[in-house]
Amino acid sequence: MFKIVKKYPLNDTTDFLSVYAPRIAAKAQPGQFIIFRVDETGERIPLTIAGYDREAGTVSIIFQKVGKSTMQLGALNEGDEILDFVGPLGTPSHLDGYSRVAVIGGGLGCAIAYPQAKYLHENGAKVDIIAGFRSKDIIILEDEMKACSETLTILTDDGSNGNKGLVTDGLKAKIEEGVKYDLVIAIGPPMMMKFVCLLTKQYGIKTIVSMNPIMIDGTGMCGGCRVSVGGKIKFACVDGPDFDGHEVDFDEMIRRNRMYMDQERHARDEHCNMMKMADKAN
Amino acid sequence: MPNMQLNKVPMPEACPTVRNRNFEEVAKGYTAEDAVLEAQRCLNCKNKPCVSGCPVNVRIPEFIARVAAGEFEEAYSIIRSTNALPAVCGRVCPQENQCEGKCIRGVKGESVGIGRLERFCADYHMQHAAETAAAEPAEGAVRVAVIGSGPAGLSCAGELARRGYRVTIFEAFHTAGGVLVYGIPEFRLPKAIVKAEIEGLKKQGVEVELDTVVGRAVTVDELFAEGYSAIFIGSGAGLPGFLGIPGENSCGVYSANEYLTRVNLMKAYRPEYDTPIIRSKKVAVVGGGNVAMDAARCAMRLGAEEVSIVYRRSEAEMPARREEVHHAKEEGIIFRMLTNPAAITADENGFVKSMTCDVMALGAPDASGRCRPEPTGEQITLDVDTVIVAVGTSPNPLLRMTTPGLDTDRRGCITTPDGVTTSREGVFAGGDAVTGAATVILAMGAGREAADKIDAYCHEKGYVKA
Repeated sequence: MFKIVKKYPLNDTTDFLSVYAPRIAAKAQPGQFIIFRVDETGERIPLTIAGYDREAGTVSIIFQKVGKSTMQLGALNEGDEILDFVGPLGTPSHLDGYSRVAVIGGGLGCAIAYPQAKYLHENGAKVDIIAGFRSKDIIILEDEMKACSETLTILTDDGSNGNKGLVTDGLKAKIEEGVKYDLVIAIGPPMMMKFVCLLTKQYGIKTIVSMNPIMIDGTGMCGGCRVSVGGKIKFACVDGPDFDGHEVDFDEMIRRNRMYMDQERHARDEHCNMMKMADKAN
Repeated sequence: MPNMQLNKVPMPEACPTVRNRNFEEVAKGYTAEDAVLEAQRCLNCKNKPCVSGCPVNVRIPEFIARVAAGEFEEAYSIIRSTNALPAVCGRVCPQENQCEGKCIRGVKGESVGIGRLERFCADYHMQHAAETAAAEPAEGAVRVAVIGSGPAGLSCAGELARRGYRVTIFEAFHTAGGVLVYGIPEFRLPKAIVKAEIEGLKKQGVEVELDTVVGRAVTVDELFAEGYSAIFIGSGAGLPGFLGIPGENSCGVYSANEYLTRVNLMKAYRPEYDTPIIRSKKVAVVGGGNVAMDAARCAMRLGAEEVSIVYRRSEAEMPARREEVHHAKEEGIIFRMLTNPAAITADENGFVKSMTCDVMALGAPDASGRCRPEPTGEQITLDVDTVIVAVGTSPNPLLRMTTPGLDTDRRGCITTPDGVTTSREGVFAGGDAVTGAATVILAMGAGREAADKIDAYCHEKGYVKA
């Protein structure tokens, strides 16, 4: 069992949660992930590590309550325990040796992009962060991202923060201004990563993306997380989750991530109905 | 006077057309009367060929004599003295190639049902044995780390605990048992039995640390630094192989590992579990081993209308246990032999629609001694919505990558010149991690052998005070 030591909301649907897991905290590096399972009948859900405190032995995650498992996790409080919490899984990001980097985060992807930006910033790289959100009220980690970047550009789909646009618009503007990036890191919805990669390919800028496919064990044993990279099968859990974005077959990955959409929706709706009934009964 | 019946006392089995829709155990086991009658078929041969056929050398005629005398607990003790998991082995060992394959009674008629008798003794013990008191290793006992809680790890841990070591098993998954819980289905090996065996080990003082991926959360070198004097690697062969054909990443193509894990470990067949799995109508399982049979039979139980085994050689070359093939056929699984997948086609949403296969013919024997399948030029297309790939697994590279100085061969198997001693001092290995995918009993044999070597090593090094 793994104890929740801290938990607070970042917006209506997104929570920050920190768990006591000393073995993982001792080893975690940017780009790695954990798998949690709330209870005996729950699913194993992979989430990228948002931060860690080696001394306190804690690992933090940021997650959106979009499915049954994340809703269950979101319903727990400080002091409660999670049944399983495994990690650190995956190959750490290779972030050394870069001097000018654009870090692109889409929505919740910012939670993963932020520790990478922080690491780069602390190790002497100049970082521009371009973050995209649907609207102003779901912006997360604004102060944190500002603190570890030369410039922070936040764009919203609906323009509610006064800066309407897509992250690709923001990145293109930077490049056209004449900023010479030796690396772009793009983390967010697969569709966003796909379009960032299409853009950077035109300019010949190396681009790393972080994949979050369906998986079970996270150790290379199920093969469910396989992605085509440069025409070869790679397992995101051990070979990734970071890959060269110009080599990834995003369309295949998007299709594979929809494999259980109906079952997931059903589980979530059933869970929501049950919670509503419980609320009524109280 | 021995029972000279040519055939084994039959074992009751669930009706094929009923059981192929549920996950209850298929073979129901012997009653005490059945067991005594079957035990009386043993001729108690002087040279005991059966014992030499057993990877852990169970003293077979001795335990069978006790069964014949109705002394079931005594029989169990004899088995248990060399076999840490008799309830498991009685169910999943390929007895026809081992003990029973050597039985004199098999020359004319059927061999003695050694596996069935072993299972009976183990089940009898579980039902009748008094609660054993928990044992704690002595203060200052030498600590040994066991990586992996599958058959090799469990048997190594059990043997070391028996000899007074303080053993910790590290398991990456949330449940201990390795392939016994994620791979072999409930209807062949009820999980309650695996659990009971592991609880037994815990009572012997063995600790199990779940959710811990050695190689990530902690390395072999760090385990030494934590105070373990020796380490056993029993991490299995968990890396699934794929076919390398077009369309293999379509939705609905699973490795057998993934499919079986979703069903067995994650209980996708039980509504109270959240584990998603595709509800298939027509399923092709590629491969001819036990894993392929398990996957096919699981798919049928999950409600598929048609399940077929697609295998590129003929039935005679299939590596599966004879009983598994027989059970699969009884349950309505179609066997498409001399059929080799060439491409998988998906619909506009990326879901499997069909699989095109080359029709094969057998040529001259290859390196494995089996006839090599060769394409005839003819192709057939199978109308399927799910493809399960069960063409073998290889060892996971994680430990190899994170343990400097640990030698492996080109297949990724850990090199052990004497069977269990690795190139790293104090590190021993056994089971599928060394041999590549093999059987439960071979892994258990290696685990026991490694325990022997670890014990000798700890004495030699002076960790154990004589």
